[in-house]
Amino acid sequence: MTGILLEARCIDKRFGGVQALKDVSLTIRSGEIYGLIGPNGAGKTTLFNVFTGLYPRDGGEVMFCGMPLRLESPHEVAAAGIARTFQNIRLFGNMTALENVMVGRHVRTRAGVFGAILRTRTERAEEAAIRRRADELLHYVGIADRADDLARHLSYGDQRRLEIARALATEPKLLALDEPAAGMNATETAALRRLIEGLRRDGLTVLLIEHDVKLVMGLCDRVAVLDYGEKIAEDVPESVRANPKVIEAYLGTSTT
Amino acid sequence: MMNMGSREKLGLALIAIALIALPFVLAAAGTAWVRITNFAVLFVLLSLGLNIVVGFAGLLDLGYVAFYAVGAYVYALLASPHFGLHLPFWVILPIGAAVACLAGVILGAPTLRLRGDYLAIVTLGFGEIVRIFMNNLSAPINLTNGPKGINRIDSFQIGPINFAGSDTLAGLVFSGPIKYYYFLMLVLLIVIVINRRLQDSRIGRAWVAIREDEIAAKASGINTRNIKLLAFAMGASFGGIAGGMFAAMQTFVSPESFVLNESIMVLAMVVLGGMGNIWGVIAGAVLLSFVPELLRYTVEPAQMALFGKLLVDPEVLRMLVFGLALVLTMRFRPAGLWPETRHRRELSEGRV
Repeated sequence: MTGILLEARCIDKRFGGVQALKDVSLTIRSGEIYGLIGPNGAGKTTLFNVFTGLYPRDGGEVMFCGMPLRLESPHEVAAAGIARTFQNIRLFGNMTALENVMVGRHVRTRAGVFGAILRTRTERAEEAAIRRRADELLHYVGIADRADDLARHLSYGDQRRLEIARALATEPKLLALDEPAAGMNATETAALRRLIEGLRRDGLTVLLIEHDVKLVMGLCDRVAVLDYGEKIAEDVPESVRANPKVIEAYLGTSTT
Repeated sequence: MMNMGSREKLGLALIAIALIALPFVLAAAGTAWVRITNFAVLFVLLSLGLNIVVGFAGLLDLGYVAFYAVGAYVYALLASPHFGLHLPFWVILPIGAAVACLAGVILGAPTLRLRGDYLAIVTLGFGEIVRIFMNNLSAPINLTNGPKGINRIDSFQIGPINFAGSDTLAGLVFSGPIKYYYFLMLVLLIVIVINRRLQDSRIGRAWVAIREDEIAAKASGINTRNIKLLAFAMGASFGGIAGGMFAAMQTFVSPESFVLNESIMVLAMVVLGGMGNIWGVIAGAVLLSFVPELLRYTVEPAQMALFGKLLVDPEVLRMLVFGLALVLTMRFRPAGLWPETRHRRELSEGRV
């Protein structure tokens, strides 16, 4: 493992009187798959939303690529190189699959109103490049044959893949997946696992929230466990699995 | 769109010829019909402008007529005896568009966090504020001449051709409204091209993405603040241009022309036609502009023939039929008569 990609220091988040995140610090290394697990309501998605600028934080800071990350606006986070998917899939339902991915290219492209109205040479070239890249990404996640279908007409598993393709279109350094296997059957989960392994092989760093313990333990290089907004463990899967605090809070007796 | 079939080309050519011949056919029935057509085209322009805000970006704007008013008043102030200014129209129209654009940003900036009903209420208020300003800016400095409005506004003038009078060319009489008709068609063509191109661009996709899911759009790297402001600004400039032409065609503007009803009318055109689909919006605007006029001309004679007296005032019946048509459309075709489809490539290329 090489350098540190993301370092969160003492992240705090409160919703009224509820302390959703308390002093959470974690480090994600370049090129690894970092798992984030914990019982429902432990603060996993909240942490995601803080990292991606959707929720303002109440304390702490995040270093990304050695620089403090501005967490004020989500589009700046995307520009810095963090892309995400959502637990409850959020696609642009009335756009085609291809267009969904093309939207993901927005942050890496420049054409403005006048370029579009005048159809300048630069604009057309950029538009062609956007389309090409989006097409490649649909092939990459394996749903190229659905390119012209509306996103809302895609099957559940394909929608998950489309969301990943859209996130990849922003050229992220860190891809954050929020429960990508939720609601998937065994075959779909296996295919998803191959896809995520492929991402790691291609050099991407992945932050993974997942309930499917088998998937997390099998896939992740390191795992952090959240419980009631606090990090109670962070280690390689084998050690986390053996950690008494984790067993008590989350894994229960089912791990043998 | 790129590679049209020969049948489509033929169809477009026929439509073009029909549109070029139309004013002369209408003029045979009476110049009033040419005027009605011109106003229909004006409403098409307004609908296309509002379609950017409501149809593409999904921001419900109930005060759109404010930008129409701004464009009209800019034209009126710069080309009438009111200030003694008589600038040519090709200078004023861009100024009107720019001022309306600025008004769009002024409306957009404080409302960025609002959506749906809340945004509708604020924009509705904005529309009323602009109208009330026009009504009251006659003192201490007489800027708008208040409710009396501004009259004797200059008509368009291109070289020796004045749009107020008639010219004869090759045996054809080009009356004022006919000249405006051709000018409006030219502007409409430009606006349609701009709309189409924006729709298929990076900006257009960002608008639709915001409409579909604002949070996902943000997370996908779209600066939703700027892109929404852009939608307001673009929509407003179209409104401003339409307003300028309205002022020139009427040669008179007063705050009465810019009431809430007009905003709702334009919104109804967009919704009835099919939000987001340019052709649907055009169809909606044409339909809602003409149907009331047709009713106006048919209801009275029909009643006289049937009952020998006038039972229902045409104006009342007009709104009644109008309302019924809208209710039926919403009941049976909630996405509009001609809804937006994003299967374009699928339909034109077949399955690959």
